[in-house]
Amino acid sequence: MSDAFLQVRDLKVHFPIRTGGILIGEYTPLKAVDGVSFDLNPGETLGVVGESGCGKSTLGRAVLQLIGATDGVVSWLGTDLTSLNKKELIAARENLQIVFQDPLASLDPRMTAGDIIAEPLRNYRPTLSKAERRKMVEDMMERVGLLPRMINRYPHEFSGGQCQRIGIARAMILRPKLVICDEPVSALDVSIQAQVVNLLMDLQRDFGLALLFISHDLAIVRHISHRVLVLYLGKVMELADKAALYATPRHPYTQALLSAVPIPDPTKERNKDRILLTGDLPSPLNPPTGCVFRTRCGKATELCASQTPELERAGDGQDVACHHWKD
Amino acid sequence: MSDAPMNERRSGANLSVPNADALDKAADVEGRSLWQDAFRRLQANRAAMISAIVLIVLAFICFVGPAFVPWSYEEIDWDILEATPPNFETGHYLGTDSLGRDLLARILQGGQVSFLVGILATSVALVIGVAVGATAGFMGGRVDQFLMRFVDVMYAVPLMFFIIILMVVFGRNFYLMFLAIGFVEWLTMSRIVRGQTLTLKNKEFIEAARASGGSTASIILRHIVPNVLGVVIVYVTLTIPQVILLESFLSFLGLGVQPPMTSWGALIAEGAQEMEITPRTLILPAVCLSTTLFCFNFLGDGLRDALDPKDR
Repeated sequence: MSDAFLQVRDLKVHFPIRTGGILIGEYTPLKAVDGVSFDLNPGETLGVVGESGCGKSTLGRAVLQLIGATDGVVSWLGTDLTSLNKKELIAARENLQIVFQDPLASLDPRMTAGDIIAEPLRNYRPTLSKAERRKMVEDMMERVGLLPRMINRYPHEFSGGQCQRIGIARAMILRPKLVICDEPVSALDVSIQAQVVNLLMDLQRDFGLALLFISHDLAIVRHISHRVLVLYLGKVMELADKAALYATPRHPYTQALLSAVPIPDPTKERNKDRILLTGDLPSPLNPPTGCVFRTRCGKATELCASQTPELERAGDGQDVACHHWKD
Repeated sequence: MSDAPMNERRSGANLSVPNADALDKAADVEGRSLWQDAFRRLQANRAAMISAIVLIVLAFICFVGPAFVPWSYEEIDWDILEATPPNFETGHYLGTDSLGRDLLARILQGGQVSFLVGILATSVALVIGVAVGATAGFMGGRVDQFLMRFVDVMYAVPLMFFIIILMVVFGRNFYLMFLAIGFVEWLTMSRIVRGQTLTLKNKEFIEAARASGGSTASIILRHIVPNVLGVVIVYVTLTIPQVILLESFLSFLGLGVQPPMTSWGALIAEGAQEMEITPRTLILPAVCLSTTLFCFNFLGDGLRDALDPKDR
């Protein structure tokens, strides 16, 4: 196919939810991710934004096949990850790593920082001697801003930011080609957030990583991403270059999201035009027909209820799934 | 009144003012693991520590003591041939039983059997229980269903019936008893481990382990087992006395160890027959047994407090 090294095509992750039935259950699929497609190039960062429950984390895990995909293709360097067996998948994961949202929960409380960071090495480089492994761990600790002498400490003895650095060190130690960052900074306070995001960007530059950066914080996504994917109820609303998306958001949902970002200037903030969305996120068990966003959209017409909008080119490097983006 | 805690706090704060040098040195100290933390809490628990010491001393005496007793447990003193009170001239420091055998030697030997049964049978239960429980909990689905229904079936088999059949089929083998008891005791262990595994399975660090290339076996061994060990250790210290008691019960019924070998339970059974004439032969082994059970239970309690994550 093309030269993109990660290609996701029409990825669907449905969870069967029991909705009735006495002896034989009736199941309704919960469409957590429903037909998402995107490409990712080496060294590129794709930000994934959306509100809670829109399928951001599920998307990230499905790309790594930590959650099995119901349908669709995750093509990694030309091989479809969804078709691999267990062994091949473990081999493929050498180049695919993940950084989790909750820094402490993602570290085994019974293991030292050194053991945690070394775990991928033990799995993929079993021939390394103990001393070599320790050397690599210490180098990586230094690289992510941890003191190498803390190698024997346990996770509960670290702060949240330090724990996240351990998580990042674990993900980076094999020099992977793609790292999924599942809201890596949302559990940290603002000053630490900046440090961790800058660390990720440094590492990306040095190692040439591709990042899939999942977040609900539009400001951070703007800082780190090259392109941004806007997700709503498991569907792509808009996929665009960062500059285009933040300058001229085409989708009404993106416009509403961006208008909610606070501006650090009280006068501007007070006078700005905010698009308020009414109502809640509809249940993913029973999504609206046609365009999933129509129930909360100011521009919705009858067309939106009957026809699902496809992603269409709306400008240079900007794709929008809306019938009315031109209005 | 309110000054005292304030002062304490203030002096505490003064003590913790970071002195750069001291901090640098402290940083080089190895990290303290959760195990070490738990051990410190256990050390602070006086009852548990005393129990542990008593147990170690008792076990030591039982295994080393016979070397210093002039009579062996199976030797009959033909000059006596009846129960006699303690007599230092003949070397029967605690007297003899109704056949003229040295009571001290028999109590020590009985202690060996009781401790061995307790520890070996519990080890059998531990290995099977953890393996089955962790596998069932982690794999889930059909494997879980199959293993847990098997446990249900085993629970339904009456314990005594099971052991008696084993004894009949395989003969009264001393080691078979460990296995038989262990095979019964692992059921509860596997349930506990399964429950713990289920809560651990969805933790992010397990997902992280899978993302960093761990196979199912290595995740169970490297992450699940160490994390359920705390609960398991507590259960083990509470299972050991249960097993000792079960062995005593079997011996009391005549299904346990065979004469001339003995155990605390068998000694109590023998003593019970003569308790009106020589209460000594009942009371002495009974005191040893109850002390041991008491200490194990206290130790188990202490461990549970020490390892309780809610305390942290």
